[in-house]
Amino acid sequence: MAKNEKKGNAFSNNPLVKAVGSQQIVVLLAVVVLFLVFSIASKSFRQYTTILSLLDTVYYIAFMAIGVTFCLITGGVDLSIGTGMICYSLIGAYLVVHVGVPVWVGILVSILCGVIMGFFNGFLVAVLNLPPFIATLCSMMITRGMGSIFTGGLSVAWPSSGSAQGAYRNMFKLNTGSIILPIGFILVLVATIVMSTVLNKTRPGRYIIAIGSNKEALRLSGVNVVKWQWLAYVISGLFTGFASIAYAGVLASSVAPGAGAGLEMDAICAAIIGGTSMNGGSGTIIGTLLGVFVMALLKIGLPFVGFQANMQQIITGLVLILAVFIDVLKNKAR
Amino acid sequence: MGEVILTMKEIDKSFPGVHALDHVNLEIRKGEVHALMGENGAGKSTLMKVLTGIYSKDSGTITYEGKEVEFSNPRDAQDAGIVIVHQELNMMNHLTVAQNIFIGREMMSGKLINDAKMNKEAKKLFDKLNIDIDPTEKMGNLTVGKQQMCEIAKAISHEAKVIIFDEPSAALTESEIEELFKIIRDLRDQGLGIVYISHRMDEIKVITDRVTVMRDGGYVGTLITKDSTKDDIIKMMVGRVIYEDPKTESTVPKDAPVVLKVEHLNAGKMVRDVSFELHKGEILGFSGLMGAGRTETARALFGADPKDGGDIYVNGKKVDIKNPMDAVKCGIGYLSEDRKRFGIVVQKSVAENSTMAALDDYMSGIFINKKKENEVAQKYVQQLKTKTPNVDQLVVNLSGGNQQKVVIAKWLVRNCDILIFDEPTRGIDVGAKSEIYHLMNELVAEGKSIIMISSEMTEVLRMSDRIVVMCEGRKTGEIDIAEATQENIMHAATLRD
Repeated sequence: MAKNEKKGNAFSNNPLVKAVGSQQIVVLLAVVVLFLVFSIASKSFRQYTTILSLLDTVYYIAFMAIGVTFCLITGGVDLSIGTGMICYSLIGAYLVVHVGVPVWVGILVSILCGVIMGFFNGFLVAVLNLPPFIATLCSMMITRGMGSIFTGGLSVAWPSSGSAQGAYRNMFKLNTGSIILPIGFILVLVATIVMSTVLNKTRPGRYIIAIGSNKEALRLSGVNVVKWQWLAYVISGLFTGFASIAYAGVLASSVAPGAGAGLEMDAICAAIIGGTSMNGGSGTIIGTLLGVFVMALLKIGLPFVGFQANMQQIITGLVLILAVFIDVLKNKAR
Repeated sequence: MGEVILTMKEIDKSFPGVHALDHVNLEIRKGEVHALMGENGAGKSTLMKVLTGIYSKDSGTITYEGKEVEFSNPRDAQDAGIVIVHQELNMMNHLTVAQNIFIGREMMSGKLINDAKMNKEAKKLFDKLNIDIDPTEKMGNLTVGKQQMCEIAKAISHEAKVIIFDEPSAALTESEIEELFKIIRDLRDQGLGIVYISHRMDEIKVITDRVTVMRDGGYVGTLITKDSTKDDIIKMMVGRVIYEDPKTESTVPKDAPVVLKVEHLNAGKMVRDVSFELHKGEILGFSGLMGAGRTETARALFGADPKDGGDIYVNGKKVDIKNPMDAVKCGIGYLSEDRKRFGIVVQKSVAENSTMAALDDYMSGIFINKKKENEVAQKYVQQLKTKTPNVDQLVVNLSGGNQQKVVIAKWLVRNCDILIFDEPTRGIDVGAKSEIYHLMNELVAEGKSIIMISSEMTEVLRMSDRIVVMCEGRKTGEIDIAEATQENIMHAATLRD
């Protein structure tokens, strides 16, 4: 053990590793290795259509994970993102299909719902000082009920790609006729770069990290901690709004009320595998995106190499234990 | 020494039940290092909190740079040029050194933070202080000493005119202290006013120009350091009249057997080569100032913290105490200074708390024998005169003194013969205090032995048969009660190596 730690130090002192983060590099390697292993082991995994279906699951989890990373870095959590995503998607779909508003209005309403919920969560945590776990657990229940009530318990399908109103789906998958282009991947990449910059290069990001590191010290430095802690939840809500559109955009079937529970865990796990600490203070958006790929690769890839689908959950659980254990070791070293 | 920059005059401050500051005066000149001294609880920190706007004063005036001021928060004081370097460092470990120094006032280029410029500015600050710290290093990776240098750099970047050091040397190594002193002298020569709070007498002599002494919330006086001796300062610190009768001689028979012997106990930085003996029927007082390592010694002895070395003998037999369970088996009970965190479970009843350490004896099969539990709890409620309507009362509803009695009952139920009382009367009112004292005397009369850690000089002199004095993890004195005075205890408590 001692030997490993020593090795880790030499490794983490490398300037390149220092800039990117050691855990991020390990996760990147994991992504590459998983991809190669599955590709070599299974011919059908190597198909373009498999890659596309893998990316389909990446989009909405990635948006949720990017948002929730901000909450995690403050030392909090947002459990309402999974059911929230379904709820906002349902509301948008209902307005488009049953009320007849244009698709772009439906999209905006979905995103707006996410932002409002983010404001609500932020208020509970930053102003009323409720524990984030409890506050967002309540919001999780509220959003689950709300979506269902809004549609009268019905499933609703966003307009399909063939229909007149289906053009919005091109935001994620552009069918040129000969080939399907995964445009959504570009959106996720843009979001990653933008939010990475926000986290590392702007005041809100700096203060969100500082809150997770030592909230009292930040307060004594004369910074409005309530405002910035609040903002972390609004960001989480906004990105859950984006996720609700990504979910609708790649899903062929209808959005069902009551779905979505558990998806918040996929997003949170992705962030943690990517090196975000549950104790707050550290984490990167790039790491989170890589974590999303680890999750997606396990989910999509394992059945191709002969594992039962549920095996993915067990393996994800084990991977998560490993990731959290690394976090514990890092904190101990400090 | 230059002109006066800061005057605090007749500062008065009360909290419910406590007169924390009683018309205290303090005057700081430009280009001086001014020590603020006093025992634990003398009011040094409270005075500094009043100055920097954490507390508001009840009366008195603060004059700063010729104008009367009253700051409403530390930020205001900081902007005016009065900065505290805290003993507990307020750092964000996950951010870099430069990011910490400029937190809340980041340098921007447009909407983005200009980290490169902040690194450059931080480097300049360090150069000015002659310190070698990489501004891009994560704060969490620095030693405590270096972190403190960063705090100083932060203070200077605020264009501080008065810097308050609150026990800055407590966690530093010898060479780090040297470095700190060099910086403080530089700052003084640049004309800053420095307030230096410390318990270490030898440091006071080395670094300060004047000393203001406080005692029990009151102002005692101000001395010129080079014209006064260590004894002068100690006299001012302890020169109170003791109202309670101090014990004049030990009540322990000369031939009383040794029940506990600790040899060369080492545990971390705070317990270094501590040896002592405890006799049957003795109250052994542990005296010392904050951070002397007394609680740490007790915790290491009790197995609550890991030991690095040392031997422990109970009743002449060598024992290996690896955890609190082992200690309890040896008949050692520990009454924590922080009752609510480590002593009792406040949301449980008196009876449940009483049997907590000895539950095995109160079982019928796999169930707790409620009747037996109530009986024994009732017995100790009567014996200790605990004021509670019944043994089912939740401990949270009892007063501090009665809570303490429940903790004592817990260890008596467990048949502990050696009891470690860590600050037994902290947060307990005067009436209940003398009851606890009475109780402790009864316990030793019955043949129990007590180690009493106390920061109250009067308590130490009133209760102990013998006094062990500690300073910075080492035993610096062992005084029989017949020879003990406030002066010789304080002398040992400020003895460094």
